[in-house]
Amino acid sequence: MHLSRREFMQIMAVAAAQGLPLAAGPAFAAAAGGTLYDLGKSAANVTLMHITDCHAQLLPVYFREPDVNIGVGEARGRPPHLVGEALLKHFGLKPGTREAHAYTHLDYVEAARSHGKVGGFAHLATLVKQVRAQRPGALLLDGGDTWQGSATALWSKGQDMIDAAKLLGVDIMTGHWEFTYGAKRVEEVVNKDFKGRIEFLAQNIRTADFDDPVFRAWTMREINGAPVAIIGQAFPYTPIANPRHLVADWTFGIQEERLQRVVDEARKKGAQAVVLLSHNGMDTDIKLASRVSGIDAILGGHTHDAVPQPVPVRNRGGTTLVTNAGSNGKFLGVLELDVRGGGVKSSRYRLLPVFATLLAPDAGMAELIRKHRAPYETRLGEKLAVSEGLLFRRGNFNGSFDQLILDALLAEKDAEIAFSPGFRWGTSILPGEPITTEDVMSMTAITYPQVTTSNITGENLKNLLEDICDNLFNPDPYFQQGGDMVRVGGLQYACDPTQKIGSRISDMRLKGKAIEAGRSYKLASWAPVAEGASGEPVWDVVTRYLRARKVIKPPVLNRPRVIGVDGNPGIAG
Amino acid sequence: MQQLRRSFLKLAGGTGALVTLAATGLLKPITAWAAPWNKNAFESKATADVIKNLGASNLIESKDITITAPDIAENGAIVPVAVTSKIPNTQSIAIIAEKNPFPLAASVDFSGGGEGYVSTRLKMGQTSDVRAIVKADGKFYTAVKEVKVTVGGCG
Repeated sequence: MHLSRREFMQIMAVAAAQGLPLAAGPAFAAAAGGTLYDLGKSAANVTLMHITDCHAQLLPVYFREPDVNIGVGEARGRPPHLVGEALLKHFGLKPGTREAHAYTHLDYVEAARSHGKVGGFAHLATLVKQVRAQRPGALLLDGGDTWQGSATALWSKGQDMIDAAKLLGVDIMTGHWEFTYGAKRVEEVVNKDFKGRIEFLAQNIRTADFDDPVFRAWTMREINGAPVAIIGQAFPYTPIANPRHLVADWTFGIQEERLQRVVDEARKKGAQAVVLLSHNGMDTDIKLASRVSGIDAILGGHTHDAVPQPVPVRNRGGTTLVTNAGSNGKFLGVLELDVRGGGVKSSRYRLLPVFATLLAPDAGMAELIRKHRAPYETRLGEKLAVSEGLLFRRGNFNGSFDQLILDALLAEKDAEIAFSPGFRWGTSILPGEPITTEDVMSMTAITYPQVTTSNITGENLKNLLEDICDNLFNPDPYFQQGGDMVRVGGLQYACDPTQKIGSRISDMRLKGKAIEAGRSYKLASWAPVAEGASGEPVWDVVTRYLRARKVIKPPVLNRPRVIGVDGNPGIAG
Repeated sequence: MQQLRRSFLKLAGGTGALVTLAATGLLKPITAWAAPWNKNAFESKATADVIKNLGASNLIESKDITITAPDIAENGAIVPVAVTSKIPNTQSIAIIAEKNPFPLAASVDFSGGGEGYVSTRLKMGQTSDVRAIVKADGKFYTAVKEVKVTVGGCG
């Protein structure tokens, strides 16, 4: 597809006339939504709703699931490391259906055009109310990464999301990106905004000096007569994956032994069901479930995996169900437990896709969102350029919006090589749509957005890529951090995920010429974790790049040549 | 209560500071009690030499030694490591960060049936096995745990 300047202006005009995409097609909604969100009859007395990793997307968005999500070692071919048709086949889903669109990248653009946007808190609020009406006493758990990922969240230090979570009726929460607003901000929200409303739990955060708990580890809730323990597990590698200085006085970690003690304590105090609200990431949760006993289910997040059904994991105490509920507000997980005679007798899990066209927006939530956006609306809506191709981020190696960021870094910073972090949040833009300031912020809104340039030797480039690659493909999930591979501009390389650290990266080239170990290369990157880094915010660099071009051709994806994983169902054919 | 403890330690100043410095590796590694300073072991640059200089050539792998350390260090400059030995008559515990320039980080002697437990902080520049060597009844036992030190970033 190619756009002339005139067509570009026309698209801009149409988009401007459309305004907020809040209420879309209510007539068509009732019919198709009727069965999707009808939970039917159930003997279960305990219902837990689960949202996670919404990344502050208050309005409906497009979000393309990955076409590359490679599992290595024991994780090869096991959920969540299935994409496209392999995923559909594993879960018995039909291609071409609404569900297939929700869980996979297949025929993404066409399907997205016909099924519309997903998520949005006003639509989610309607669905939550529908579930509560069908399942009285249901709790709503939020796995975190709620306060970060949008312009309005960044500019209000998470306040729009904090208010939205309260109105949505979140009961219990744990966290990760929340901590990037700093320890003081989190404590302020937990002690003031959330007081008496939302319990913030984390068994694995302690003070670095005396090992004192920072948050409550767990809570007991009686649901329709059944005592249920919920334990919180924050992202264990926050001080490593994000700037440590933002949580300098706290220490994290998986803390498996302490978790076992918490589970035992909860059981001793009469819990008949124990659920872990986790931000570990799915592979880590699966390993954890094999080593800690007494947990009935882990409601997981962090790795943004839209997994339709739980993975049952055996351990010495029985079986633990492990789930992961996607990202960007696209899904609502619903776990139903039949708790009787001291334990869980049976369970049922659904990962409900939140289709904005099937759920009328909740008026109260729509009004709250409108109020929070009002001061920023003009700025958010500024159209910087129009995209000819599909822009997305998610996938192990590179996404087209990341390529756009890399292209901007290379051009604007006059660098030979550019790095962009392997974040898994960020929305998608369909071909022909404008790229607004809001869109740019949805890909970049963090509290440490500086762009830095440095000269790095070929040897250190290789070490850096090896180090980051090991955080993704170490066969032991306890050594994974849950992000994707750093996105690389300018530099070509080959990657064998099945090798060990030091041997995964090879054939590094710049414009066809082999990288020299001793030579120095100019590297531009953003999101430095070191304290005191200075540089222009990345959104300014990208904005300048877009304004200068007006029309963005489909970015040419620089992905590494991936070797050693032929036939892996985590790569689309 | 927590605040009290912190205030107390701030007042206690000198002692607290000394402990911290030793722990971050800026001073000489820790030795406990009046144990003779094993110069050769502490100055060895390879793990094999440390083991030899500790006189621990015949090492027995033991499940009664627990090393508590993070899988991934939050800060390589201060990696918390604790070693517990349930082996009867534990006489000493040595902690080795195998890839450090001077691998032997600490050697602690226990007198009169003291509990075999030591906790400290190591400075580690790179991913490495952390090895504990326990001397009990004249024999040497060992256990290993890998601690990863990474550049970070990319959440």
